[in-house]
Amino acid sequence: MINFDYSKPSSVQSAVSALSKNATAQFIAGGTNLVDLMKRGVMNPQKLIDINALPLKTIEQKGNAIHIGALAINSEAAENSLIKKHLPLLSQAFKAGASAQIRNMATVGGNMMQRTRCPYFYDTAMPCNKREPGTGCSALQGYNRMHAIFGTSDKCIAVHPSDMSVALAALDANVLVTGPKGSRKIPFTDFHRLPGDSPEKDNTLQRGELITGVEIPINASLAQHSLYTKVRDRVSYAFALVSVAAALDMKGKTINAARLAMGGVAHKPWRLTTVENFLKGKEATVANFQQAASLAMKDAKSYGHNDFKLKLAPNTIVHTLQTIAGV
Amino acid sequence: MTNDKEKEQQSSSHSRRSFLKRTTATAAILATPPALVKAAENKLDEKGAEYFEKAPLRIEVNNKPYSVQVEPRVTLLDFLREQLHLTGTKKGCDYGQCGACTVHVNGNRVLSCLSLAVMQNGKKITTIEGLSNGDELHPMQEAFIKHDGFQCGYCTPGQIMSAVACIKEGHATSDADIREYMSGNICRCGAYPNIVDAIKDVAQKGGVK
Repeated sequence: MINFDYSKPSSVQSAVSALSKNATAQFIAGGTNLVDLMKRGVMNPQKLIDINALPLKTIEQKGNAIHIGALAINSEAAENSLIKKHLPLLSQAFKAGASAQIRNMATVGGNMMQRTRCPYFYDTAMPCNKREPGTGCSALQGYNRMHAIFGTSDKCIAVHPSDMSVALAALDANVLVTGPKGSRKIPFTDFHRLPGDSPEKDNTLQRGELITGVEIPINASLAQHSLYTKVRDRVSYAFALVSVAAALDMKGKTINAARLAMGGVAHKPWRLTTVENFLKGKEATVANFQQAASLAMKDAKSYGHNDFKLKLAPNTIVHTLQTIAGV
Repeated sequence: MTNDKEKEQQSSSHSRRSFLKRTTATAAILATPPALVKAAENKLDEKGAEYFEKAPLRIEVNNKPYSVQVEPRVTLLDFLREQLHLTGTKKGCDYGQCGACTVHVNGNRVLSCLSLAVMQNGKKITTIEGLSNGDELHPMQEAFIKHDGFQCGYCTPGQIMSAVACIKEGHATSDADIREYMSGNICRCGAYPNIVDAIKDVAQKGGVK
């Protein structure tokens, strides 16, 4: 690992100003991804700003929303009584991610800042537009079994690896950030971006901005019928091939409202608003769920090794909705 | 703001770093004998004490306090193994994929290979060497022997540290639960069934301290 300077500010303001002063500086919280990337020479910051002294660990209810501090630890958030009660889908997604050890280190803010696990992004001997813009995408013609089927570009077909983010996208969360120009809220579905012509940018954060937390509206009806399904190569401790976060507001057999997002299929958590609108007012039947799933796959495109996702993704949607609705 | 600045734990200024980078390594080592003297005082490896600026680290490892200087890039794993010579904690993949480097930080199991030592300032670390009470093995160590929970043994320190935490967290209530919450520890020899037996045995006997 290339050496670097280290500082540990004690306020959000001093953290933000420390980052703004150094173009190659990075924040570090849990470090579970950044330290890995630095060892491999994928990211080489000249300065690390350790944000663990900032007062951003609290998980609390504020009005009709749950507020989770950016430094809340994943394992603690997964077991937090407010989250388990009001956001069971999110608790499940936390538990589906990584291993017990990594969940004890990883923070909520860091989880959404994870980089892709595309093997070409990690292999500094290979071309990768995300790591080195303009060098090309090795995955397009290469080993792309884990890669995206939605929202890709000819520059990048990587997927975002976070489970937590898929649940947060489905649950209408907002990301809270503070930067040199003040604070703002970013709707979760606008936080991560599609690769387009600049796959080096994972999200819409501006330089110098710090994630301070995330807020998620409480919706008791949706919380009653929700499920996170993750399909992977082994039962535990693997990234998703496909995952589905779903919640249904049911009245008898009728669906009042639906929330649906997929993971492992795109450069960002893939929210399925069209499918949600289709399901609204429909009966919870297998036929309707199958129709919803084929609607979800409308714009899908595969790249060879990941052709199986064209079948696995709709099957996972149907399975998840059936399990939630009990049909 | 000034107050915050004072509180900041700065390793050193960037200009000094750039200057040192421009000099040859030999010259730089000659230019910083205090680092080597300090290293010798702390009984640390001289080879670990080179020419980059260091940050102060106060840390307690297996109930023993240390006050040292470390390069920010040193991982907790390398610090334990190469500077404190606690080689029980193993370097398996070094990328957070295998769990062989699992230690407890303030009682919670974490991966020491993905933890920077400098970020553990003020924390209490327990490694496999800190589990036993002198020659008296920890119940989990006894159980791994009794149930033949290993073959080559390389993953074992990490497995045992993880297993102790798994029970303490309340995640050893069924075989499925144990398998799920031990999934971060890979065993290439495939001793998994016996590892589950060992953990179940200790959990059923009332757990561990």
